Amino acid sequence: MISGAEIMVKCLEAEGVKVVFGYPGATICPFYDKLYDSEIKHVLVRQEQNAAHAASGFARCSGRPGVCVATSGPGATNLITGIATAYTDSIPLVAITGQVRSDLLGRDVFQEADITGACEPFVKHSYLVSRTEDLPRVFKEAFHIASTGRKGPVLIDIPMDIQLREIESFEYPDSVNIIGYKPNVKGHAVQVKRAVEAIRASRRPLIVAGGGVLSSGIKPKFRKFADTTRIPVISTMMGIGVMPSEHDMYLGMLGTHGKAVANRALYEADLVIVCGARLGDRAVAAPHQMSENNTVIHIDIDPAEIGKNVKTEIPIVGDMKNVLAMLNEEIGDYQVPNQWQEAVKAWKKDLYRVPPKFEGFVEPRSLVANLSSMLRSKAILVADVGQNQIWCANNFRIREGRFLTTGGMGTMGYSIPAAVGAKFARPTRDVVVVCGDGSFQMSLNELATIAGNGLAIKIIIMRNHRLGMVRELQDFNYKGRHSATILKGDPDFLKIAEAYGIDSAEANSNEEAEEILKGVVKSDKPFILVCNVYPDTPSI
Amino acid sequence: MQYTLSILVENQAGVLSKISGLFSRRGFNIDSLAVGVTNDPRVSRITIVANGDEYVIEQLEKQLNKVIPVIKVKRLTEGAFISRELILIKVHCPAAKRAEIIKTAEIMQAKIVDAAPNCVTVEYCECNSRVNTLIDLLKPYGIREIVRTGTIAIDRGSAGVSV
Repeated sequence: MISGAEIMVKCLEAEGVKVVFGYPGATICPFYDKLYDSEIKHVLVRQEQNAAHAASGFARCSGRPGVCVATSGPGATNLITGIATAYTDSIPLVAITGQVRSDLLGRDVFQEADITGACEPFVKHSYLVSRTEDLPRVFKEAFHIASTGRKGPVLIDIPMDIQLREIESFEYPDSVNIIGYKPNVKGHAVQVKRAVEAIRASRRPLIVAGGGVLSSGIKPKFRKFADTTRIPVISTMMGIGVMPSEHDMYLGMLGTHGKAVANRALYEADLVIVCGARLGDRAVAAPHQMSENNTVIHIDIDPAEIGKNVKTEIPIVGDMKNVLAMLNEEIGDYQVPNQWQEAVKAWKKDLYRVPPKFEGFVEPRSLVANLSSMLRSKAILVADVGQNQIWCANNFRIREGRFLTTGGMGTMGYSIPAAVGAKFARPTRDVVVVCGDGSFQMSLNELATIAGNGLAIKIIIMRNHRLGMVRELQDFNYKGRHSATILKGDPDFLKIAEAYGIDSAEANSNEEAEEILKGVVKSDKPFILVCNVYPDTPSI
Repeated sequence: MQYTLSILVENQAGVLSKISGLFSRRGFNIDSLAVGVTNDPRVSRITIVANGDEYVIEQLEKQLNKVIPVIKVKRLTEGAFISRELILIKVHCPAAKRAEIIKTAEIMQAKIVDAAPNCVTVEYCECNSRVNTLIDLLKPYGIREIVRTGTIAIDRGSAGVSV
């Protein structure tokens, strides 16, 4: 005989899960009891939302679905923001929640919450398991759904009696058959032909690369395609890292907070090839105007994204991996006209400008720009949300590594737990967090997770005693009335670090900051650097 | 523009809320919705009538297709499908008006299914526009209550929606 809880653990083992992030509670105790005997590493976070963010960071760096676990009621509802963040950014997660006994469902007993109902708009799919026998199929389907098609979070809610009940035997299915879920990944040959004809006919083609290129796991092939065709590339926030920042045909991030040259290229292009991107309002402020100047080819695995924000002449539904292979075959030795290449090269000179310094402060954009050279080439930079996110997105010189941030939901407090997940996925890589003093305080409780697991994560706090991004918004749109954006009563972050047993330092100039960082970035211990930043430093 | 969607779904808990959520999340109202099991007990059919422009309908169709338990979505072509709605109307009916109301029902081929001293209940099964005509005809007598099932629809000829 085998209990539901033991089946849950065996399902995770069968899926090759090595690490789960979670927080226990009464209704998930049967599972935790069986997990105790398993080889699977459980990382105890300090709040459930961070379990979801950590699983997200893990998923993005490992290419496998991240797993997070919480108990019923408040444990489950705390997960929601993390699940919603992963959903908007198309990150594969499997979230497991305990639930009250099935015979008590709907009676508002202690720690009962309708979590499948509450998560409905934020999950790719969800299960409320009603029979112990269903667990293997549900887990198999959940991992399949999370990691195929357009990736995303799947929730499995399991009442306590289902976990406790024992059944005869356990067998993990080797395939799934979900009648309503057959994502089209292939790519339509005729559409690809049309796309290549359009590329050949265009004089100024441009690629807009999004997170889909990264989640498809084809970065090297994508780079090769861009290299051989010499088609210039700009990226969305989620697409940062598809090209090395220094590539001569790469013009940075587009959008309202992006690079002027990237937006200029988008405006001047006569053909735009959108690869795995939604083109949300922060990427293209007036999407309906975009296709007035140019022809749009949109490649996406999710047919619902094509035509949603931008009018598209040539839609191609499919996985970037397959479509890129087809494009490659069809396009032969095509190269972009020289004139367009020269124009891009000229703009490239304007991509990175050295921002003015303020005496007695760290200039955050310059610090981020120099950060890359201190790190190994595969370093992972995790940015939070606010001005720090824009400073990082626009100035970090990415090479072979990753840039993690929440592009869609913009969830403050994402960076520290996501870095925890990233470090578990890639323990040998440098993992650096850049956050603000606002976002740091949204998840500083996770310093305990970092300290407790001895994770060599380096945290750079850009401290301006402000909620900088909102304050900037107030300067532009609300007559400079700084309503609730001045941080008062903040603790001494160095003492906080000390209390967690983490080494730390403070810097008041870039020279000082870089000197400190050079000494610690490659160490095997965590570190916190507090950078005092001039409060009026702009985002861009 | 009014449109009719015929949706095949897996017959399981929570599907209806997933589907109606796609509408409510976008602030769209559903004019009518009818659900019933098909010849395959594992599959239910949902018929939705709603209003929206071409962009909205296309988006909804695509979003519906993304819902995992949704098997198939078809927008029925105007004029190429048969639709029916069952309606029960309780009409105020003093003895003096009874003959008149019975005559009206007869003209429309509706049935009187219940009667009381001062009211009658009319049953009618027809397409949406004829149902509305009957309501208009009965309005002057005073309608006390209306219960409608929502529209169900099927393609004309051999065309259809199947798994």
